[in-house]
Amino acid sequence: MTYIPHSPKEREAMLAAIGVKSLEDLFKDIPARHRFPKLALPPALTEMEAAAELDELSIGNENVRTDLVSFLGAGAYNHYIPAAVDHILRRGEFYTAYTPYQPEISQGTLQAVFEYQSLICALTGMEVSNASHYDGATAVAEAANMAYAQFRGKRNKVVISPTVHPQYRETMRTYVQGMNLELAGDDPKANLEAGPEMLEGLVDENTALLIVQYPDFFGRVYDFTSLIERAHGKGALVCVAANPTALALFKTPGEMGADIVVGEGQPLGIPLSFGGPYLGFFTTRKQYIHKMAGRLVGETVDNRGQRAFVLTLTAREQHIKRERAISNICSNEGLLALAAAVYLSLLGQTGLRQVAELCYHKAHYAAEKISKIKGYSLCFDAPFFHEFSVCCPKPVVKINETLLEHGFLGGYDLGQDYPALKDHMLIAVTEMNTREEIDALVDILAEVNHD
Amino acid sequence: MNIPTNLKYTKTDEWFDPATGAMGLSDYAQGQLSDIVFVEIVVGIGETVEPGKAIASVESVKAAAETYASASGKVVAVNEDLSGNPEILNKDPYNRGWMVKVEGADASGLMDAAAYTKYCEERAH
Amino acid sequence: MTEPTIYELSSPGRTGVTFPNPDVPCVQLPENLLRKDLPLPELAEVDVVRHYINLSKYNYSVDGGFYPLGSCTMKYNPKINEDTARLPGFAFTHPLQPIETVQGNLALMYTLQEWLKEITGFTALSLQPAAGAHGELTGVLIMRAYHKDRGDVKRIKMLIPDSAHGTNPASSAMSSLEVVQVPSDARGNVDLAALKAACDDTTVGLMLTNPNTLGLFDEHLEQVIKIVHDCGGLVYGDGANLNALLGILRPADVGIDVMHLNLHKTFSTPHGGGGPGSGPVGVTEKLADFLPGPLVGIVEEGADDEPPLFGFVTPKKTIGRVKAFHGHFGMLVRAYTYIAMHGPDGLRQISEYAVLNANYIKARLKGVYTVPFDRICMHEFVAEGQWADAPGIRALDVAKRLMDYDFHPPTNYFPLIVHEALMIEPTETENKGTLDAFSDALIKIAAEAKATPDLLHEAPHKTPFGRMDEVKAARELVLCCWLPEDYDKK
Repeated sequence: MTYIPHSPKEREAMLAAIGVKSLEDLFKDIPARHRFPKLALPPALTEMEAAAELDELSIGNENVRTDLVSFLGAGAYNHYIPAAVDHILRRGEFYTAYTPYQPEISQGTLQAVFEYQSLICALTGMEVSNASHYDGATAVAEAANMAYAQFRGKRNKVVISPTVHPQYRETMRTYVQGMNLELAGDDPKANLEAGPEMLEGLVDENTALLIVQYPDFFGRVYDFTSLIERAHGKGALVCVAANPTALALFKTPGEMGADIVVGEGQPLGIPLSFGGPYLGFFTTRKQYIHKMAGRLVGETVDNRGQRAFVLTLTAREQHIKRERAISNICSNEGLLALAAAVYLSLLGQTGLRQVAELCYHKAHYAAEKISKIKGYSLCFDAPFFHEFSVCCPKPVVKINETLLEHGFLGGYDLGQDYPALKDHMLIAVTEMNTREEIDALVDILAEVNHD
Repeated sequence: MNIPTNLKYTKTDEWFDPATGAMGLSDYAQGQLSDIVFVEIVVGIGETVEPGKAIASVESVKAAAETYASASGKVVAVNEDLSGNPEILNKDPYNRGWMVKVEGADASGLMDAAAYTKYCEERAH
Repeated sequence: MTEPTIYELSSPGRTGVTFPNPDVPCVQLPENLLRKDLPLPELAEVDVVRHYINLSKYNYSVDGGFYPLGSCTMKYNPKINEDTARLPGFAFTHPLQPIETVQGNLALMYTLQEWLKEITGFTALSLQPAAGAHGELTGVLIMRAYHKDRGDVKRIKMLIPDSAHGTNPASSAMSSLEVVQVPSDARGNVDLAALKAACDDTTVGLMLTNPNTLGLFDEHLEQVIKIVHDCGGLVYGDGANLNALLGILRPADVGIDVMHLNLHKTFSTPHGGGGPGSGPVGVTEKLADFLPGPLVGIVEEGADDEPPLFGFVTPKKTIGRVKAFHGHFGMLVRAYTYIAMHGPDGLRQISEYAVLNANYIKARLKGVYTVPFDRICMHEFVAEGQWADAPGIRALDVAKRLMDYDFHPPTNYFPLIVHEALMIEPTETENKGTLDAFSDALIKIAAEAKATPDLLHEAPHKTPFGRMDEVKAARELVLCCWLPEDYDKK
């Protein structure tokens, strides 16, 4: 089935108007020997058949709502998404609109993004937010880009904590291979017991940016205020990659003095969807705004005196600066920024705090009970939010196999990324986990140790 | 179009004042860029500049451009006012809109006002 | 008529979506680590829903009307795609689940990889990049890595035609490559002599959009590619204009080495007001080892009754991952649905009718709008929004006046090589009636430009909002309707 509306009569009339005899005549410029290849693809399906095929594929998975009880986080979290979020996202006026380059007929998108920018600033404690980056990992990479541009290439070292998400660090390594930047601190064999102070020694007068995560990959929450002061003392900028749900409870990185605060916005009303599309939020201070990549919506008035919104400072972007642009970013995550704005508006101060507190208390309940099982212990002392690391008596792979047999999705195997953390599991607990589920998890973990 | 006769000009629309060592972008350039919203001087005091080296990055509502040194020399002053008031470049590109001042300047190869006027006229279509 | 902001609508004490009380004992929160207040708005659910529904009324959209934006491919976004992407089996799977529990997802990704390879002719393909520009960066890094791997370190220059989209030079610059611009000739093709002169042993390659941003298929395509290959360079294909080539030409067949696709253009996934997109990257055999990992592959062959086990494989010399997790899976489901419904014949029809529609509008505008390169165009063409006898009228004015006729304007001021450019791409999903109405409107506007130019200068008149004060927006930056406490003191 196609979506092509032309009748044969219309087609003929159009061909005549153009002055050619057939559709094939329109493709004379295509090299003859390669023209009109036969594509070995399955024959077309109707909508009904396609729906059945996709349905079939989808039930070839076990999902965390109907099949599995999930305790897996590690950068993507199972949170409740209120019904009204998707209701708004499915408005054709929003999802089938283009980038708002013609502001007179795009005020819906523009104002929604302006509000998103405002909400993210409120959440992070920062002064300005862009309209989004692809995800948390690329937002971190762009922060490095931004810092490099801020120093005009005079500082070319970036220090990244080993406790930043492994996939974020890997993404940074990919981006950096194309840049004149030295990456330091990215060592999974570093002392992971130590707090963030251990990074201070790496920050020097050649450092453009220091990057830390909040909570870190192991779930630990640290106050970075003094680390940030020391980094500023060396003239370096600091980027904090933060979990947005945690920011409902904890001191904002803005308050701590961070220059750039980024993160993964998936917890804000965006489904897990096997890893994407997600939402990279990116904030900074007003003084750095001209080095920030990404689209920006600003307030103004129209020629009838109405308050309105428009893309602004567009000369920073690739379509104008071309090879002098700091970043090549064009399409970002517009519809998901809308999702986050709707989520934050629906929950508001009260709802978001409730979600954060539920995550906190349930995670601490789980941690307390797990730590009491023989053979298991909590690996770190530091305060945590909704994720914590458990030292297990057996390989995590084995434990997760047993959990899966019971319909449970276990935590992340930290040994995959950190050689010193073999048999360490990262467990996440959200408002979606009931006390019964946590108790059942504890029972199965205990059972595993008896085998 | 404003093209003061005491100044010298480059093909990339910068001006140079042999009397003071000051340089910046021309009235033609600011007109092409239209409303300027951001200026960043990218050289510091003590640095040497030569033609072809960027001294400033300028952004307007719809365009972006680099301003290049119009002459060689050592930078002795940088206009701190511009970053907070980029519109100065539109209103007064030759006086308050100076970007950097150099000493020991070599201004050879620059056009005088008459040649620059002709050059600008030829470009307008 | 403006809608208040979410902060303006907020009223202390209102609650929207709330959550249950904890079913576990509460523990002490760490006092010294807490924030003092959470300045988010307070609204009831009805207030939030009304607010966003009211905002939506101010948006033009494909679901509402014609959007002839050149290079954007604003085709109809099928609704079935929205349903399939939301199936719980897809929407509620975690990216890090054991592969045995997500064989449906992996089978979909593997099949889509195969289909996109078949459509383009490439040997290997990554679904990881999140957007076209992201795919470009990936492709450029692959090209760099390839040369570096061969010990060929002199290659630092990327050749880019003057008609290229800004993301091309920007992606090259992000990879620390020097950009060398290559001019177009009088017929809109890459200038062969200039290309030959620019190609040497310092050339990484050429970034080529074909059809180009003028909507023209390069008349010397194979020669262009040969010149670059002969000097040891690679050819990058910008796939933004693939809507003209489905079932018409496979880029790899003519020698393109690496290309990104835009699922949100060619393959109907919605634009979302600025994303999410998806930018898979296809490569020929010699570049396959450099693709970003992980790719989806078969980790255990199937037998008669048993399907294969799909899993993740990392190419031997991978440039590394370009984002977290596996790519924009939700958009991959949509593209899969779209390709499955069209089949090979349907895909070819997409391009045939996309090209038919563009040429039809071009024919209707003949004599009224100047089209600088008067050849059969592909899926888009560029016209000039200016006339000698309408002094002071610019493409911008034509664009703004089109809104009064209920059309979204075409792309303005791009490509840079045409003055007062209006880039028109109707796509295949528009019927003849719409194309005629659009052409009629443009012809009327051309007459207005000469007779009553002020109608254009002050347009739009009939839209809810008029022209914006963009200078004010840039000079008096207001980017947020919430500000931290000490903001004014800085």
